Amino acid sequence: MTLADYRKKRGEPLIREDADDAHDDKHPSAMEYVQIGVILAIITAVEVALYYIDMDFTLLVTLLCMLSVVKFSMVVLWFMHLKFDATLFTVLFSSGMALTFAVFAVIIAVQRGSLT
Amino acid sequence: MAHATATDHMETSTGIDNRKLLMWLFLASDCLLFGSFIAAYLLYRGRSVVGPYPEDLFDIPFTSVSAFILLMSSVTMVLALAAIQRGNVRNMRIWIFTTAVLGTLFIGGQVFEFTEFNHEGLSLSTNLFGTTFFVLTGFHGAHVTVGVLILMSLFVVSMRGGIQQKDSLAVELAGLYWHFVDIVWIVIFTLVYLIQP
Amino acid sequence: MSSIAVPKRSPLSEALKGARHAASDYGSIWSWIATVDHKRIGILYGVSAFVFFVVGGVEALLLRVQLAQPDSSFLDPDAYNRLFTMHGTTMVFLVIMPMSSAFFNLMVPLMIGARDVAFPRLNAFSYWTFLAGAIFLNASFFTGDILSGNLGAPDGGWFGYAPLNLPEFTQGHGMDFWMLGLQMFGVASLAGGFNFIVTILNMRAPGMTLFRMPVFVWMTLVTSFLIIFAMPVIAVALFELTFDRLFDANFFNAEAGGNPLLWQHMFWLFGHPEVYILILPAFGIISEILPTFSRKPLFGYAFVVFSGVAIGFMSWGVWVHHMYTTGLGTVANSAFGITTILIAVPTGVKIFNWMATLWGGSIRFRAPLMFAVGTVAMFTIGGLSGVMHSMVPSDFQQQDSYFVVAHFHYVLFGGAIFALFGGIYYWFPKFTGKLMNERLGHINFWLMFIGFNLTFFPMHISGLLGMPRRIYTYNSDMGWNLWNLMSTVGAFFIAVSVLVFLFNFFRSLRRGDESGPDPWDARTLEWSIPSPPPEYNFKEIPTVTGLDDFWNQKYHEDETGRIVPTLAGGSAEAEAPEEEDESEHGHGIHMPSPSYMPLIASSGFPIVATGLIYDYALVPVGFALILIGIFGWVLEPATEEE
Repeated sequence: MTLADYRKKRGEPLIREDADDAHDDKHPSAMEYVQIGVILAIITAVEVALYYIDMDFTLLVTLLCMLSVVKFSMVVLWFMHLKFDATLFTVLFSSGMALTFAVFAVIIAVQRGSLT
Repeated sequence: MAHATATDHMETSTGIDNRKLLMWLFLASDCLLFGSFIAAYLLYRGRSVVGPYPEDLFDIPFTSVSAFILLMSSVTMVLALAAIQRGNVRNMRIWIFTTAVLGTLFIGGQVFEFTEFNHEGLSLSTNLFGTTFFVLTGFHGAHVTVGVLILMSLFVVSMRGGIQQKDSLAVELAGLYWHFVDIVWIVIFTLVYLIQP
Repeated sequence: MSSIAVPKRSPLSEALKGARHAASDYGSIWSWIATVDHKRIGILYGVSAFVFFVVGGVEALLLRVQLAQPDSSFLDPDAYNRLFTMHGTTMVFLVIMPMSSAFFNLMVPLMIGARDVAFPRLNAFSYWTFLAGAIFLNASFFTGDILSGNLGAPDGGWFGYAPLNLPEFTQGHGMDFWMLGLQMFGVASLAGGFNFIVTILNMRAPGMTLFRMPVFVWMTLVTSFLIIFAMPVIAVALFELTFDRLFDANFFNAEAGGNPLLWQHMFWLFGHPEVYILILPAFGIISEILPTFSRKPLFGYAFVVFSGVAIGFMSWGVWVHHMYTTGLGTVANSAFGITTILIAVPTGVKIFNWMATLWGGSIRFRAPLMFAVGTVAMFTIGGLSGVMHSMVPSDFQQQDSYFVVAHFHYVLFGGAIFALFGGIYYWFPKFTGKLMNERLGHINFWLMFIGFNLTFFPMHISGLLGMPRRIYTYNSDMGWNLWNLMSTVGAFFIAVSVLVFLFNFFRSLRRGDESGPDPWDARTLEWSIPSPPPEYNFKEIPTVTGLDDFWNQKYHEDETGRIVPTLAGGSAEAEAPEEEDESEHGHGIHMPSPSYMPLIASSGFPIVATGLIYDYALVPVGFALILIGIFGWVLEPATEEE
């Protein structure tokens, strides 16, 4: 039997609720997208401003990284719709990111001397 | 026997569209590509034997503007998707075109920056900075260029009536790729330009 | 996407449609060139991989002739370097990986009850890109002056270490062919990886949950994830090398402050997951063979699956064990030593589960089982020498010696190749409808087993006696003579065994006994359809109710707990021969149409590569072909209306 018949027979929905994204009420509106865009612009301006402020280097790096993480997350969660879409996508993308971060942190640590 | 095509319009075991799953897998994989180039840049940062060095060349105001442009192109891209999902083909076309223009502006900015640096004596072979910088940002620029190509292709197909509300997946996939290219630039802008030891 | 079709029918699109229709005739050569059928793509991969197995084998024989005796001048050092580089590169990228792809292609859709993979044209694109890379790489032999013995092939080793891989140290274009050819394999593998993940996650038959999938499918899934995360890393390493070699960049230029170790990190960050990419499919194959020929379910299915997943994860944490001797320091070496010891554990779990599968089973010593058991035994030996390598102080002695060569041949030949041969014997009946000859199969196995051990076991000894790798000859008074001679004799035994195999293969194709759909009385879905399978695989997509569902349809336990056949109404006649439909039409199942676009797109890559080496004018030509292929692919419908 086809997958459609199989699902009907078991009383399962044909298309899973959380599978793709099929529900308009879960979409942000155009206005919300623009608002997010404005926030992104502001954060970028703050980052650039911080660049010019004289401060402890470690503090600067921490602040800039935090702000970038916020920007990154907003684009991924809302523009790329990851917040509303299937969890599988989040798992896949996070795996790629986590693996990247882990292995290259090790390489840099080993090669720039902190792990010898 | 049902007349089911083997690939199109198939119900899937996860309920997720095959092509959307493919795009997310591709993006997860692409993380490692950019991670590798960024790691090479960070590994070699501050180790160039001769100049010019980043602090000699970087024009943060200029690059901030181009970073802003790319960020805004993500906004226009998602507006394009929102439009086609509501069935508004005309607006989708406008927003896609705008995204492509912003992307092209970004590339223009990159080209300008590269030429400026080159005039100041920085090339692939000058030092570690030249090598790692041009290759990293060059690959990113190549990704943006491919993105612009995809957007313009969608635009042309749409002008011939080929994209309707039911075809919004195509725009969604192009959007995912485009946003990815944007977030990579968020990382590069911060790590390469703003954070200079 | 077929949703974006060219709206009006132009003469061009009519011509293209006609060409696709011509390729639908399964008897024509065009049907092979434009095929998007996973079974045909699998055969293309398998045949190609075997051809290159012979090529790589001849390269090995040449090396062994040179090493048979001390102070030999059969090959000069330059030729020797090129041959061992090509032997290694060929065996890894042109044999084991494509042969594994052959099995992914042939088996995965059948095992999950699907009609094809998720993206049939992407599948074809994988194959043609692989073939383009394989031909491109081997073309390098002819770029020197082959008639005067100057082989143009790459000579930097299959691992291409910096700075040796730079122009100052490797003259000629050999390494350019290597770095660009490998990129093509990367593209092909990536495409395949994406395709199989989507296929396995999305196209399973109703009722086939992930934990009702055959182990081979699980191993394909894990391997595919390893591929999509590991290939980008080597792609970057190769891009960096390309920029250094062609455009004078400084990634590995020590004078400019570059660090040759960057190459090693990148290469082995890819390279270690790569070796698991090479072995996991083989583990999957024997996980199918052992239960069938023991007439018992796989022992500890969940453990075998989870250990495979664990191996996938852990493979990312061990790469520095290839670099113990590069001076990274105690902390790095110790940390990776620990992770490397740990990764032996999940593999050990599998070995025990396989042994427990055989234990108490009703064993039939058919050819596939011989190879499967051989795999387990040989891989265990290779694994043990691997554990010896994981010990950092031991490795300082063993690194760059023949002990390493012994280790990896035991795991890759004794492990992967034996399993792949087992897979060929096992599944040959499914795709040809004929059985391979048992007696010849046993002769093949024993010759190969004896030859293999005779070739590679002595290398443990010569390695520990200090014989370094990658030397073209050696002095007579080093104490290595006997071991090398034994290895060379063994290598020729292997060659004979391969000839026996080929004889068996072709003879069976022509006049093997008819196999029927299920000659081995096996457990998984592929045996429930005719041999060879029809184009559409399953007349009706099966509904799966458990693990080893096909077996459960054939047999059940009676009151005393014995396994007895399930009589009429059971699906031993799931696809009765009289229902076999010779014609492709009239069954109402529309398969994706053939397409030339993947081949067109693939053909652009070698042109770009040739252009980068010889004449930049070719580069845009190549890119144009890639673009034309891709645009044609996106714009044509996946399935043409009849």
